[in-house]
Amino acid sequence: MKPSDRRSFLKITGASLGIGVLYSAYPAALAQGRVGDMFSILGRQNGEKVTPFSFVQLSDAHVGFNGPPDPLGTKAFEHAVDMINALPRRPDLVLFTGDLTHDTEDKDVHTQRMRQFLEISKRMNVPAIKYVPGEHDAGLDGGALYREFFGESHYSFDHRGVHFIALDNVSCAKPEIGSEQLAWLKKDLARFPKTAPIVVFTHRPLFDLRPDWEWFTSDGDDVMNVLSAYDNVTVLYGHIHRDDEHETGHIHHYAARSLIFAFPDPTAVTAPKKPIPFDKDHPFKNLGIRTVNVNGKSAPGAHSVAIEDVELTAREFRGINGVHQLLRNPDV
Amino acid sequence: MITTNARKAAFASLLSLALIALMVSSGANRAHADDIPVVEITAKRFAFTPDKITLKKGQTVKLRLHSEDVTHGFFLRPLKLDEEIPAGQTIEVTVTPQTAGTFMTICDHFCGANHGNMTMTIVVE
Ligand SMILES: [Cu+2]
Repeated sequence: MKPSDRRSFLKITGASLGIGVLYSAYPAALAQGRVGDMFSILGRQNGEKVTPFSFVQLSDAHVGFNGPPDPLGTKAFEHAVDMINALPRRPDLVLFTGDLTHDTEDKDVHTQRMRQFLEISKRMNVPAIKYVPGEHDAGLDGGALYREFFGESHYSFDHRGVHFIALDNVSCAKPEIGSEQLAWLKKDLARFPKTAPIVVFTHRPLFDLRPDWEWFTSDGDDVMNVLSAYDNVTVLYGHIHRDDEHETGHIHHYAARSLIFAFPDPTAVTAPKKPIPFDKDHPFKNLGIRTVNVNGKSAPGAHSVAIEDVELTAREFRGINGVHQLLRNPDV
Repeated sequence: MITTNARKAAFASLLSLALIALMVSSGANRAHADDIPVVEITAKRFAFTPDKITLKKGQTVKLRLHSEDVTHGFFLRPLKLDEEIPAGQTIEVTVTPQTAGTFMTICDHFCGANHGNMTMTIVVE
């Protein structure tokens, strides 16, 4: 394949979708009534009713990275942007969970990478794109350049009855949230009832996934202690360049694949961390995502889940499952 | 927070060590310090030297960590090590490993391009 020839490139990857993770809070099962009822009940409890919407998580584009292992540069990222623009239902939001750019000590070059990232990112035809930094964006200068481009590195906002919280666990150069941000988090959450749907997005895992690969946040337990008082919390993160699902208590953590190269299964490897080698015949392999189709008719906890592993496709949570992403107790 | 407390404790013990050193030297009686073996480790982008050390289970050692360039981290969860080695400086930390095994210690203070591969092995036998 000639990497410069975009047409043949797309042909090779087929028609599969090329996005990160599409989270759909849209109740495809509204007809069943149950989900709609739940939204109403939660709306009464929380003040704002959850209304249907979907959002996408993208992660780890590493703009400026030149292989090995991945010689494709921004191609997967640009492909993802195209696919998001082609989605039949336009997502309300895109959350980008860090490592937007690859690090360099040359400030001018890093500035150029931030610009290039934004130029591609802004092609996404969505109402809002929210970012958090990764250590490759913010580790060397305490996040100064990142903030020039993207503003504060931790913040929160509300969208259609869901409270979103961006946490920064990279800017102090260590995998750490820090006491100041923790105090801010407590204050930020204080006004919410315990049933409020909350989505936290951050770069590194907030639990010990593989500490000797730097897949952890040193004070992640403190964050989880604060969050565990709330019933409906989902944590989305990046950094590990692969899918992962994890539970701490009743809180679910989901990692998105990257848009540059993949890391192997941390439970299967004892050696130091090394990317999965690039496969030129399957340039997007292990990037993007897989599709998860959930049979919305199943009872909670007993989903029939069909997982289709396709190169660079969307992992989509629809209907009941989309709701499960956000709400722990759909039968309240 | 555990890590902060550990750091504070480490700092306090460093401080008291410094005080003892001061008292000893001013007393002109250079008693042999403690019998704790010292292991020197140098951090320099993007490697630790040596890249492997062997410790004995249950035996206390003092790690003297020196940075030759920028700030590095020294992190190993099973040995409860979470140190920061400031640029150009030397810090000391005392450790008594309780579990045998081979552990990978990482620099967890982002230090540049190859930071992700800045590791060393600590064997406890
Ligand atoms: Cu380092």
